[in-house]
Amino acid sequence: MIRHLLSAADLSRSDATLLLDTTEEMLRLTEGRSVKKLPTLRGRTVVNLFFEDSTRTRTSFELAAKRLSADVINFSAKGSSVSKGESLKDTALTLAAMGADGVVVRHSASGAPYRLASSGWIDARVLNAGDGTHEHPTQALLDAFTMRRHLGDLDGRKIVIVGDVLHGRVARSNVILLNTLGARVTLVAPPTLLPLGVENWPCDVSYHLDPVLPDADAVMMLRVQRERMNAAFFPSAREYSRRYGLDARRFGLLSDEAIVLHPGPMNRGMEITADVADSERSVIVEQVSNGVCVRMAALYLMLAGADETADDVHEGAA
Amino acid sequence: MSRDLSDFRTVLSEDEINRALARMAHEVVERNKGASDLVILGIPSRGVPLAGRLADRVSSVDGVDVPVGALDVTMYRDDLRLRPARALERTEIPPGGVDGKVVVFVDDVLFSGRTIRAALTALDDVGRPRAVRLAVLVDRGHRELPIRADHVGKNLPTSLRESVKVLLSETDGRDAVLVGAADDVVHHADAGEAR
Repeated sequence: MIRHLLSAADLSRSDATLLLDTTEEMLRLTEGRSVKKLPTLRGRTVVNLFFEDSTRTRTSFELAAKRLSADVINFSAKGSSVSKGESLKDTALTLAAMGADGVVVRHSASGAPYRLASSGWIDARVLNAGDGTHEHPTQALLDAFTMRRHLGDLDGRKIVIVGDVLHGRVARSNVILLNTLGARVTLVAPPTLLPLGVENWPCDVSYHLDPVLPDADAVMMLRVQRERMNAAFFPSAREYSRRYGLDARRFGLLSDEAIVLHPGPMNRGMEITADVADSERSVIVEQVSNGVCVRMAALYLMLAGADETADDVHEGAA
Repeated sequence: MSRDLSDFRTVLSEDEINRALARMAHEVVERNKGASDLVILGIPSRGVPLAGRLADRVSSVDGVDVPVGALDVTMYRDDLRLRPARALERTEIPPGGVDGKVVVFVDDVLFSGRTIRAALTALDDVGRPRAVRLAVLVDRGHRELPIRADHVGKNLPTSLRESVKVLLSETDGRDAVLVGAADDVVHHADAGEAR
């Protein structure tokens, strides 16, 4: 297993499968039983280091760590030493001094979690909870897990991802992970919302949504960030919605087994209509509960055991 | 199983395993005064197929269907931090739960007793049974905790330099219990394969 979870690209197919299988067991262990807590990370400290606001992701990580009995410290940039000008390095040294075993990082700068993990400032395991426009690996894992629950093995499955790929770290992590798992991904977006070099990504690209829907096993709608609307990426919200929104007509083009995903938060009426979001084949609420289990699995696999190299620890314990 | 088992000697054959399980099934029913309120839980990995077999035999002795399931103890182990994190195995609690029932744990080998301690802790989070009993195919001794089995297939005095392998047709293609030299010098019971 990898030491830090920084990018979906770091996960081999067997690592990814181990994470998804572990998630499955976490789900079984927390579903419908009186005590939803496991003692596994007792005495370990997990720091949620959020330089960018994200209530959903932070709460999900917090709940995951608490379900495994870890102590959780929430460290957000607002109202902390960071807003007083502290550097990432000094923040890391502070956390190291406090004895953090795991650090969950959300940062507006791409690569910040990588910097934290590779700098030698801190010994803790680093989990990327979203960095700039780069990656959001646990989101991709929870999406893949949700799809696997409904579709079975993802090998050869056709997944369509629609929306802002340019600014969206979710799309990048998903393309990488789904490709690792053998699925075929098609990105659908207006040319202005596709990043430079997308032709080298392991996926197909289309500017039109209608033709790719009939073959899709799953459709993931990405949020259109309101702040982008004024930046001339598309002429108007209505036009975007008309060309790329998932409405009842387009929903009808999907096969009867296809599912609809959305990483949230949704703009109902913009990229997805309310009737589609609330339909039986929408798994959007399920994604949230699966998110907690995926993060439990990641925290368990990264923090519960000894380092793979620490054979001497085992000998010494006898 | 990747290891060459040609140096191992057979201590229980397929027939002997079957007879031991049949006797244990009768013991379970006798001790419980029937098969009602029983829940049989196997401890992964090889305790799970054994639990299935024991439940079948108990059901045929008493004519009642006995709920059977699996209880993974990985996240409750006391040596979790001594090794890299391990993949979890399936936990499957029968729909009726365990509250007020008599739970019978089934494992292949009883050794240090630490797995059973972990299983008892894990069971706390599932519910509160009326009683918990333990059935093992082989008791090889070397306990490190005050734990004993209620139903034993075979008491097998071993040295710590030995390793006990339980093979089952469900997982290994054939039924046998083998004893041979351990891979490494074993410093304490917990380092063995069958804990």
